[in-house]
Amino acid sequence: MDTVTLIIDGKEVKAKREATILEAALEAGIYIPTLCYYPDLIPFGACRLCIVDIEGMRGFPPACTTPATEGLVVHTNTPKLQELRRNIMELILSEHPYSCLTCPKNLNCELQRVARYIGLEKVTLPYTYKELPVNRENPFFDRDYNLCILCGRCARVCQEVRKVGAISFTYRGSETLIGTAFNQPLQEVSCEFCGACIDACPTGALMERANKWEGLPDREVVTTCPYCGVGCQLKLEVKDERIISSIPAPDGTVNHGQVCVKGRFGIAEFVQHPQRLTSPLIRRNGELKEASWDEALDLVARKLKGYKADEIGVIASAKCTNEENYVMQKFARAVLGTNNVDHCARLCHAPTVAGLVQSFGSGAMTNSINEVGNAACILAIGTNTTEDHPVIGLEVKRAVDKGAKLIVANPREIDLCRFASLWLRHNPGTDVALLMGMMRVIVDEGLLDAAFIEERCENLDAFKQALNDFDLDFVEPITGVPRDKIAQAARMFATNSPATILYAMGITQHSHGTDNVMATANLAMLTGNVGKPSTGVNPLRGQNNVQGACDMGALPNVYPGYQAVASPAIREKFEIAWGCSLPSSPGLTLVEMLEAAYRKEIKALYLIGENPALSDPDVGHVRETLAKLEFLVVQDIFLSETAKFAHVVLPAVSFAEKDGTFTNTERRVQRVRKAIEPIGDSHPDWWIICQIAKRLEAGGFDYSHPFDIMEEIRYLTPSYGGISYQRLESGGLQWPCPSDDHPGTPILHVNTFVRGKGRFIPLKYVPPGESPDEDYPLILTTGRSLYHFHTGTMTRKVAGLNIIEPEGTVEISPEDASQLAIAQGDKVRVSSRRGEIRVKAKITEASPPGVVFMTFHFVESPANILTNPKLDPISKIPELKVAAVRVEKL
Amino acid sequence: MQKVQEELSYLPEEAVSEIARFLGLSKSEIFGVATFYAQFRFTRSGEYTVKVCLGTSCYVRAGARIMETVQRKLGIKPGETTEDYKFSLERVACFGCCALSPVMVVDKTVYSRMTPIKAKQVLSSYH
Ligand code: SF4
Ligand code: SF4
Ligand code: SF4
Ligand code: FES
Ligand code: FES
Repeated sequence: MDTVTLIIDGKEVKAKREATILEAALEAGIYIPTLCYYPDLIPFGACRLCIVDIEGMRGFPPACTTPATEGLVVHTNTPKLQELRRNIMELILSEHPYSCLTCPKNLNCELQRVARYIGLEKVTLPYTYKELPVNRENPFFDRDYNLCILCGRCARVCQEVRKVGAISFTYRGSETLIGTAFNQPLQEVSCEFCGACIDACPTGALMERANKWEGLPDREVVTTCPYCGVGCQLKLEVKDERIISSIPAPDGTVNHGQVCVKGRFGIAEFVQHPQRLTSPLIRRNGELKEASWDEALDLVARKLKGYKADEIGVIASAKCTNEENYVMQKFARAVLGTNNVDHCARLCHAPTVAGLVQSFGSGAMTNSINEVGNAACILAIGTNTTEDHPVIGLEVKRAVDKGAKLIVANPREIDLCRFASLWLRHNPGTDVALLMGMMRVIVDEGLLDAAFIEERCENLDAFKQALNDFDLDFVEPITGVPRDKIAQAARMFATNSPATILYAMGITQHSHGTDNVMATANLAMLTGNVGKPSTGVNPLRGQNNVQGACDMGALPNVYPGYQAVASPAIREKFEIAWGCSLPSSPGLTLVEMLEAAYRKEIKALYLIGENPALSDPDVGHVRETLAKLEFLVVQDIFLSETAKFAHVVLPAVSFAEKDGTFTNTERRVQRVRKAIEPIGDSHPDWWIICQIAKRLEAGGFDYSHPFDIMEEIRYLTPSYGGISYQRLESGGLQWPCPSDDHPGTPILHVNTFVRGKGRFIPLKYVPPGESPDEDYPLILTTGRSLYHFHTGTMTRKVAGLNIIEPEGTVEISPEDASQLAIAQGDKVRVSSRRGEIRVKAKITEASPPGVVFMTFHFVESPANILTNPKLDPISKIPELKVAAVRVEKL
Repeated sequence: MQKVQEELSYLPEEAVSEIARFLGLSKSEIFGVATFYAQFRFTRSGEYTVKVCLGTSCYVRAGARIMETVQRKLGIKPGETTEDYKFSLERVACFGCCALSPVMVVDKTVYSRMTPIKAKQVLSSYH
């Protein structure tokens, strides 16, 4: 590597070329006092505390802005430097109240550290106090600018890393302050409440309110965020056996010291919420009553014994650990004797698995999150990345910063459009047409990567044939995107390499979701963007462990590691390992199980950590179904809408009270570590399942710790073969990782596709199941928001998140609103063929005319009363993204 | 930004948001830049703009007392506008007529050798 050698304080130090003197010193473990320096930010050179003495150079340059060049001889700690630094510090402190003993940052303050280092004893300058009121306008943190030293770290991290710019230097001279436009509250200047500014602040000026006066934590536990599929590494701060804060782990491979509002402010409060279930509940005379564990477990075991295998359904959870999903599917298959096991991936990424397996041979994100930032072109289709996968959103912004072309394809004007070179506002449900149209242009103009296709792919001719139907004359009216924009997008994607595709539920939640996925795969292959860094097809998974739950075989047709249930050889392997005989035909999917329950063919349902009564399409019907069950067991941390239908409720622990692993969206297996003891009388999900298994006299459930379960997973799942707890101590590992010496696989399909050759799949355009008509003239599309997660069982427990986003709304375009005489904030009725709800209207240009938008987090306005359960024929995902609705003013 | 200010005579919130959108920056960043330069105003200006000089010469000759008087009389601080949109107040660092200091200017009319009493009279004459 390109290095330089210099001498710092008599020590020979090697540094990367391009490193600064400060970075070289830090790398070598030499302390130089700093205040305005912050890793990941452009050096600012403002505080001047990092001044050093360089032999043969006049003056005292700041180490943070001076490049480390070959042969420099640097002194960092001479009496002269210390004296200069003391003068600077005195200036700073003359405007900083010396009330350290009553400051919440006491003992953890960088000012104190620097003052100690330079031996500052007293401040002789006259002291001025700014007398500013403490700003408490936002729900999460206090801003006391009396303590601010104007290092600018907060504003710079907000601008440079988060690309939000909610705060900035304002005014000048002695009136300079960090502030917002017109001093508005942060809520009104697009602040995302990521907390990055607090983490960057060296003083007590910015402090999280919830733990302001807690002082230093007793211990810190690094773990994985339980919300979304990004899998940020969090540091939970524990004091007196309570979590007092969750902050980003500085060296997390995935998130590099960044998180979003949910990971930063949405943890402690839900984990330690008074509504947590603390004791098992049994339904007696129609009401759920507290019971002992023995009673509850005996009852579950006794009841389950009374049903035939195919009368039972099991719903595992993308929220639970790999170990728990493994145990759950093993329990279903080996103990209950059924393959009726599924989980909510059915509702988000079943088409990804189905589609990518056909095209590439593996249904997961092909590349890694950190590669996104180095792409030359990004196509973000059907993903509202900054809201739903905020930390991946940062990578997209990083790429744009470095000159990448960003193409956003989305009917709604999402935040990413601000950064886009091109925004394609296509009609909901027309993704296949749009992508095929782009590929038609690429082929017509000869922009395809012929060498790559020749060597690596098959079925191009049949595919080209299919493209004949996608003349832009045909595509333009269907998608509503002007033809030259489609052509421009095609050229942009084909000519800027490496190019990568990001997609999420906007692609999958359609009655032709699998086609959509295969269309993205076709585009990647056509342009040679597979198997190389910063390329690929990258489905962003919603839930923290939806990837892992699939990997662990919480699916009706495969065992762990996608090993087919229908294959006799594989079945035999598992029969030997588990010491029992296993059912041979694939089981029912989640939606099919619920249908069977409606017909009373499934009589008992065992459900972990899922909330179909709010998350599934046409929830009115789902609730009717749940009420029909003879026996429903729900394992959860709160009494969810679904748990209210249960006969037995078993209190599980949250992620903070157990050990295990989650697999994030980029196939990275990461540790979940126990930070506090279980709340009340709750137990980990794996423990509960094992207890029931033992009561059913099943062998193979004597695990003493999730470690034992992982060892079994490793043994039976080739792609997890090399993933052990020991290795995970030094960071996550990306599967496939078949052996102990395998480094893991950041990029799939490098030399050959998992299925051998990449297969082009000819596609046809199929319109969505429902199109707007006279009775239901608008299209409803659904999604998530930054501030809440899924059905809100966790986030709705966090007061601050509810303040920022207290209720659901239906977003409607100004055009439609004025036609319906709806004003901002009016109560409206939204109805579809399946039901109706009442909700407030939010008029926004983000919604195109003809399309309305709702999130599905809110019990008070459950969007899924309206959505269409029509299934994708291949993957059986329901069409959550497109439903015809009517909106009326109330 | 200067164009917008010329057009509207001040930078209202919507204008700052629009400028931000146009430049791909945030409104706080634009506000930050704008507040760095004394020339920008953020409130609608009144019918008359009163400028009080606090440059060295005027300061030495009690310009600050003139400022105080005007502030009290109008009930606003520099950079603000009275509720009836009659007067806006600004402070200026030297009009270049130090010989006449302390100086106060209403629109284009220069009032020299001010005293607090004279200042009050001048303001009253605009009512
Ligand atoms: S919380 Fe995040 S978005 Fe808000 S001001 Fe701080 S850094 Fe910026
Ligand atoms: S608030 Fe903190 S980070 Fe921001 S400028 Fe002031 S001291 Fe620095
Ligand atoms: S981006 Fe996802 S994983 Fe990261 S903190 Fe936010 S919710 Fe958690
Ligand atoms: S750290 Fe180098 S100038 Fe502030
Ligand atoms: S100082 Fe007031 S006019 Fe020069």
